[in-house]
Amino acid sequence: MFAIYKRELRSYFITPLGYIFCGMFLLVSGILFYRTTLAAQSTESLSEYFLYLLMMFAVLIPLLTMRLLADDRRSKTEQLLMTAPVSITGMVMGKYLAALTIYGCTFLVNAFNFVLLYLYGTPNTAAILANILGVFLIGAAFVAVGLFLSSLTQSQLIAAVSSIGVIVAMLLIRFVNTYIPYAWLRSVLQWFSVLDRFVPFSNQSLSIPSIVYYASLAALFVFLTVRVYDKRRWA
Amino acid sequence: MIEINELTKVFGANRAVDNVTFSVEPGEIMGFLGPNGAGKSTTLNILTGYLSATSGNCKVNGVDILENPIEAKRQIGFLPEQPPLYMDMTVKEYLRFVYDLKGCRLPRDQHIREKCDVVKIGDVYDRIIGNLSKGYKQRVGIAQALIGDPPVLIFDEPTVGLDPKQIIEIRNLIRVLGQKHTIILSTHILPEVQAVCDRIVVINKGKLVANEKTENLVTAVDGSRKLIAKIVGREEDVLKVLRNVPGVKSVDVLGKRDTDSVSYLIESEDRVDIRKPLFYALSASGNMPLIGLEGMELSLEDIFIRLVSENRKAARGTKGGKS
Repeated sequence: MFAIYKRELRSYFITPLGYIFCGMFLLVSGILFYRTTLAAQSTESLSEYFLYLLMMFAVLIPLLTMRLLADDRRSKTEQLLMTAPVSITGMVMGKYLAALTIYGCTFLVNAFNFVLLYLYGTPNTAAILANILGVFLIGAAFVAVGLFLSSLTQSQLIAAVSSIGVIVAMLLIRFVNTYIPYAWLRSVLQWFSVLDRFVPFSNQSLSIPSIVYYASLAALFVFLTVRVYDKRRWA
Repeated sequence: MIEINELTKVFGANRAVDNVTFSVEPGEIMGFLGPNGAGKSTTLNILTGYLSATSGNCKVNGVDILENPIEAKRQIGFLPEQPPLYMDMTVKEYLRFVYDLKGCRLPRDQHIREKCDVVKIGDVYDRIIGNLSKGYKQRVGIAQALIGDPPVLIFDEPTVGLDPKQIIEIRNLIRVLGQKHTIILSTHILPEVQAVCDRIVVINKGKLVANEKTENLVTAVDGSRKLIAKIVGREEDVLKVLRNVPGVKSVDVLGKRDTDSVSYLIESEDRVDIRKPLFYALSASGNMPLIGLEGMELSLEDIFIRLVSENRKAARGTKGGKS
């Protein structure tokens, strides 16, 4: 598993993909941060910034995850991984953790934006930390979604586009749900609505149920990815 | 060393592998022969744990691939049909990755160097795999299989797409490797298994057709000889002479290649060598010089037809109570 993790991490920086992801992330996030927080001269608009950041994830995270499994399948290197003495779970986890590491590190660097705020005033530290944690966890769940969709196809393009679709849908549920006339459908969709669980974080509190929810969402999609491989062997 | 037991794999309505049973002894080089689409790759993919069988089981060194996949996979070095190479890595990086992936505990760089020397890729050690020629890529694939010194090596059509010189090199390499490893070599080229293998398992349309020592199989299918003769002279006259040679079953005209000679395909009766009588008959005629004579290789299809008909003959023999 560690070998796969290491190779995956390296390959982000052999190809331009890793650089594009980090660069775009920091650039767009920096601009958003400036427009919503610095220019507005207030930390009240923080939630707005984090909401924009999540929207940005919908495009950027699929970029990070599209290659993970689709490319191995296309180039048949999957056969090497599947016939090596490594479990399927180990292989999938190695890939997931590699993408998560790139995402996490970029996110961490991005968090230095907030240090700027302390130079100019006394921002609400609790609000910032709660939001950072919440957004990070949502992103981690999105990485798992991208990983899962990458396991379903040989084409990176299809993986990326479908991931964008699913992630955007998960973000939009909160805004669309009120228009759905069926209560049962509403409650089912609500389960996938990541933004609903984000409310406590924007109210500056750590919500354990929400943390568990995001973690299990990530775990669910990693598990589904393992199942895809299990299932394919029997097909 | 390797036991395959009543293995069946069904894809939808298609039985890709149908109740195949065979085993490979330690130190043996086994040729796994069959035409394209016979189920060779599927069998090997199941044996290496890439696919699961619909029924039946595979054991490598006594370890069942389904019950204890990690331990079984540790025993196998596998070169799939398409070498599983990461095109954006250098040979060195790639082999180090494979080394880590297999969780080897040997002196790393020395071990990798050793394997590179065995397959002769030392001179491209620091080059990016995507830029290498097909022959080199294939050899990197073989090096990958050798990493960690697994007791069992499985090569799925290792010589496809290589030039004749590279094919000979790879065959020699496999012969050398056979001194230390148990090898399964899958191919659809008969001379290849004849050259390298101790035993041949033939499958066709998912079913086992033959499982024999190489010598036995070759004599079993070698009974009928087809010759291609190039003879100068008028076609009708030559045909008349040829048809009168004792032991000749049929003669076909293959066509004119040169201005004055014609090629003929001559099929002889079973287990009769007609080369000498042919020569005497032609020289007796006085004006029909033989300028070329070669044996024709049996195609795989010919072998199947022969093997299947031999099986039927054997079956009939048993029914008649003769055997």
